[in-house]
Amino acid sequence: MANSNVTKVRDAKQRYKSGVIPYATMGYWEPDYQIKNTDILAMFRVTPQEGVDPIEAAAAVAGESSTATWTVVWTDRLTACEIYRAKAYRVEAVPNTGPGTRTEAQYFAYIAYDIDLFEPGSIANLTASIIGNVFGFKAVKALRLEDMHIPVAYLKTFQGPATGIVVERERLDKFGRPLLGATTKPKLGLSGRNYGRVVYEALKGGLDFVKDDENINSQPFMHWRDRFLYCMEAVNKAQAATGEVKGHYLNVTAGTMEEMYERAEFAKQLGSVIVMIDLVIGYTAIQSMAKWARKNDMILHLHRAGNSTYSRQKSHGMNFRVICKWMRMAGVDHIHAGTVVGKLEGDPLMVKGFYDTLRSTDTQVSLQNGLFFPQDWASLNKVMPVASGGIHAGQMHQLLDYLGEDVVLQFGGGTIGHPMGIQAGATANRVALEAMVLARNEGRDIRNEGPEILRDAAAWCKPLRAALDTWGEITFNYTSTDTSDFTPTAVAV
Amino acid sequence: MHVTQGTFSFLPDLTDRQISDQIEYCLRQEWAVSVEFTDDVHPRNTYWEMWGIPMFDLRDAAGVMAEVRACREANPNVYVRVTAFDSTRGWETVRLSFLVQRPANEPGFRLDRLEAEGRTIRYSVHPYAADQPAGRRYKPEQANTAPGDRR
Repeated sequence: MANSNVTKVRDAKQRYKSGVIPYATMGYWEPDYQIKNTDILAMFRVTPQEGVDPIEAAAAVAGESSTATWTVVWTDRLTACEIYRAKAYRVEAVPNTGPGTRTEAQYFAYIAYDIDLFEPGSIANLTASIIGNVFGFKAVKALRLEDMHIPVAYLKTFQGPATGIVVERERLDKFGRPLLGATTKPKLGLSGRNYGRVVYEALKGGLDFVKDDENINSQPFMHWRDRFLYCMEAVNKAQAATGEVKGHYLNVTAGTMEEMYERAEFAKQLGSVIVMIDLVIGYTAIQSMAKWARKNDMILHLHRAGNSTYSRQKSHGMNFRVICKWMRMAGVDHIHAGTVVGKLEGDPLMVKGFYDTLRSTDTQVSLQNGLFFPQDWASLNKVMPVASGGIHAGQMHQLLDYLGEDVVLQFGGGTIGHPMGIQAGATANRVALEAMVLARNEGRDIRNEGPEILRDAAAWCKPLRAALDTWGEITFNYTSTDTSDFTPTAVAV
Repeated sequence: MHVTQGTFSFLPDLTDRQISDQIEYCLRQEWAVSVEFTDDVHPRNTYWEMWGIPMFDLRDAAGVMAEVRACREANPNVYVRVTAFDSTRGWETVRLSFLVQRPANEPGFRLDRLEAEGRTIRYSVHPYAADQPAGRRYKPEQANTAPGDRR
């Protein structure tokens, strides 16, 4: 790397002379730094301003996300400042950027933070440093947080998912297959009574869950209590009709914590197994709701509303995999994490990285999946990913193949838009799903034989036949913007 | 009505060959398979009666199938399920559970509504069959052939 002979000033008198010196020489660049196993690590994609050396840019990011200010201050000398300074310890060029490519030069900067920089059990405190002021810092043209490593010592200060995949399945008594859901449509405008009708039909037809959409809270056309009451009538009626545990994600998102607690309490009082919140309520509110959910035997569903404002573009913002990590720490049980084949952003390699982050007990480095650090999850529960947005029964083999069985597959339009009605739509999805799992377990190659397996099931299941006739050919083949920087063969670790 | 508990309840009842294939799958994953039965199919009845303990050391699907058949013969016309347990760290739970017998006639569930304060309703799901004492809920003379025999 250019300028790699920059070293920090070791003479204290020189180092603390009033004035401005480069961040790299202040002590925020330490190529020989020995990482401690309690350190929190972050990896940023840095696009330096014209003329700014990449190492100085990396050191500046380390400085601005920890102790630094723009000039030397003597008060550093009252502290063990060496410990509190974050250290950029590695800078490397991003493949396929810089001269001769279509993208200006970008660098991966690895930074280590001492655990004492962060308050135990607080995502808000962690993020105030890591994605705080530093993202507006002038010396970098663009900055993106790509990945983080959280040491076991810090993870253990977080509750983690209130319920987790294992206990969720035990409570619902549903094993060995993805769960099925749908979002009520139209998402806005239905009265409580009409809304509950959709919920009942979909659950009776074979879905496990129906869901409020992210922006259904308490509006003039349907106030929240009305929605909760009608939805729980629908849930209980469907339970009696099928003998199965059913649920509806009641969205308790509101303007204040007090309002959210009130709504969540009412959902509990009505016997709901699950409540829902939106990412836009903020990290602290999410942690509070996770504590509430653990205390009240409630599954907590999180809709990732808002994330694409900062996670989609490759040069600036943060990668969604970091949101996955923070949300597992914060304690949600479900999070929308991509479908690969549906209508929303989701490159297969990237989505695999998100799913592994949510569901594994231990992840290894996988550059092609965007996992830059190993991560031991320290027995924090697993989060159930949710695949939602433009998926239908005809893609069942691909969904099972890409996403595995610990996932909620949500077919909103694919259930409610079925030509024979909502129940038939739900049945089509459930039959397609069970037929595919059965075939996979029998050792069949579902990736290639999937369409045939679906056709065979459609021969005796009319709703599935109608679903395949309606949507069988629908695909969303757009190029993703958030893609891997490494080709699958070039795993250099 | 048709109770849809278990992984494959939306498919036609599995044949013995299909059941055996699923057991093979469980054994390949190194899960321990067990057989359970009940005449109380309330959705929150977690603990069905065990037809012996999980078969931790039986690694042969034919052996497990013999237990499935024996359980069906001893308990005709009630619900029987095959359940597979995974002892791997991070799971330590059931990984697959599916019905291998159901009564010929499933009377279903009554939904009881108790009107409470405001417009709140307290719901309770009640299996009609549970009105009879255990053991007399599904009459043996109505016994259907086990699904596996209808190949």
